Amino acid sequence: MPPHICEVCKVSRAQILRPRNHARVCAPCFISLFESEVAETISSTTLFQPGERVAIGASGGKDSTVLASVLKTLNDRHGWNLDLVLLSVDEGITGYRDHSLEAVKRNSADLGLPLKIVSYEDLYGWSMDQVVAQIGKKGNCTYCGVFRRQALDRGAAMLNVGHVVTGHNADDVAETVLMNLLRGDLPRLSRATSIITSTPSAARASVARDEKAEVTFTNVKRSKPLMYAYEKEIVMYAHHKKLDYFSTECLYSPEAFRGSARTLIKNLERIRPESILDVVRSGVDMAKLVPTGDGKSQGACTKTKAPEVAAADDEEADGGCGTSNSKADGNSMAAMEKKLQQDAQAEADGNETEVKLPSQSVNGQRHDRDHTHEAYSSLSPSAKFDGQDHDRHTTQPTTTVPIRTKQEKKSGRKTNRDAPAPKQRLGQCERCGYLSSQAVCKACVLLEGLNKARPRTGVEVGDGG
Amino acid sequence: MSDATDLTVEFTGGLEMLFSDQRKHRISIPRVDRTGQPSNMGFLIRWLCENLMKDSRREMFVLDDSVRPGVLVLINDADWELEGEADYEIQPNDNIVFVSTLHGG
Repeated sequence: MPPHICEVCKVSRAQILRPRNHARVCAPCFISLFESEVAETISSTTLFQPGERVAIGASGGKDSTVLASVLKTLNDRHGWNLDLVLLSVDEGITGYRDHSLEAVKRNSADLGLPLKIVSYEDLYGWSMDQVVAQIGKKGNCTYCGVFRRQALDRGAAMLNVGHVVTGHNADDVAETVLMNLLRGDLPRLSRATSIITSTPSAARASVARDEKAEVTFTNVKRSKPLMYAYEKEIVMYAHHKKLDYFSTECLYSPEAFRGSARTLIKNLERIRPESILDVVRSGVDMAKLVPTGDGKSQGACTKTKAPEVAAADDEEADGGCGTSNSKADGNSMAAMEKKLQQDAQAEADGNETEVKLPSQSVNGQRHDRDHTHEAYSSLSPSAKFDGQDHDRHTTQPTTTVPIRTKQEKKSGRKTNRDAPAPKQRLGQCERCGYLSSQAVCKACVLLEGLNKARPRTGVEVGDGG
Repeated sequence: MSDATDLTVEFTGGLEMLFSDQRKHRISIPRVDRTGQPSNMGFLIRWLCENLMKDSRREMFVLDDSVRPGVLVLINDADWELEGEADYEIQPNDNIVFVSTLHGG
């Protein structure tokens, strides 16, 4: 087969076949294209403010290693003046995390970026090794995800950083879109497709920029600059730039390669590589159908869209373990999630806005259902988080879709239409102060369970985080 | 003309654990396969499974006779899709890299 010539420079041999458009390019041109596409994503979404302090969630894996390298390159090249730091979470998994942290340390040295490591042991008194010893290998990914979310936010606050970036790529997002589609969880899907997620206090802080908003771990925002980058290209970028990363499956994640959304994505990619970005974009479009707090459909997801917080714990638990392999053990995970949700169910679905859509005729049937849906729309700065207006008797635009979440299905059909909607409480966990709309945040709930069952040792471990 | 072709194969992204935890291997494969055809990538992959793979978890590397989706193949630093994929005929001193992307990032 005669060698192909790079379509961009028309001089060198083509080395990469780009999935998004089948372009054939040489390595230097590819690197240049990749970097400029990430730069474009960042500037078109106004992801960063000039001079902003940004923490890069760094695991030592391929995505975060590439993320750190690209951000550093672009920061220097475009003079964004970002103050970049690496933030690593040590879950306490011997034989896995200790090795990957070595990779992060090497990155920190190579890139000249400071590194902060936060550990579960320090934050919670429990390493994942200890958690697994206690509860076994089922549901441990949920614990890890919940703990990691808080750990990243706390680490950011310790560094006085209000913005954490993670290396989620297009394949990750596409997989999440498909999974939530299969579950019928549209609100979560809409959160997964936002490039930036922030708490209301963080959103308000960025709006009123002249105030020096102090960073606590309740107002850290998250974004994924690599959201439109193919995983394959991330690997190719790392390969051709000879970046040093760590690549082993988490020791506690169930055996990979069973039926899962990730396998579906990979098979789709083989037949039609453009599918991955198409799924991501479809997800973004579908997110527009998710009704906001005031009953109307959301507009396009911009950075001021702010869905997030406690319920995202589950989502982070899913996505936090890198691949979807942690979900390959789907049944036990689902059971664990169900249990956690049922616990939370007891308090009037506090972390989600209850929106009652009007009784619209869909398929000739009346669907008067309560919807649990989470949205913190900061379109209107005076967004009401108290009882939502129920446009039950007004006509709605036809784009609204009745949503039935898992919780709602489980709780039976007793939808009490006439009960006043529960107030949206954005408080703080009474144990540890983390942002939560429950009295006690999920991490503390999990820790309580762990601590109760802990075998007595000489020193009694205290409660909570 | 010798009966064997010498080349290097590399495994990264976690695949090395299937091959004695060694990343780079210098190997020698038959120049033609059993049917007398010049050895191609398809042949190499089968050969690797039979002769070099020390771990039984071959599903991390292959699926139904071809490389598992999610494993990238580079022939002399170029995507194998540009070189004919499984039909590419191995040349002496080729450098083949198998990179798995199937792990956390």
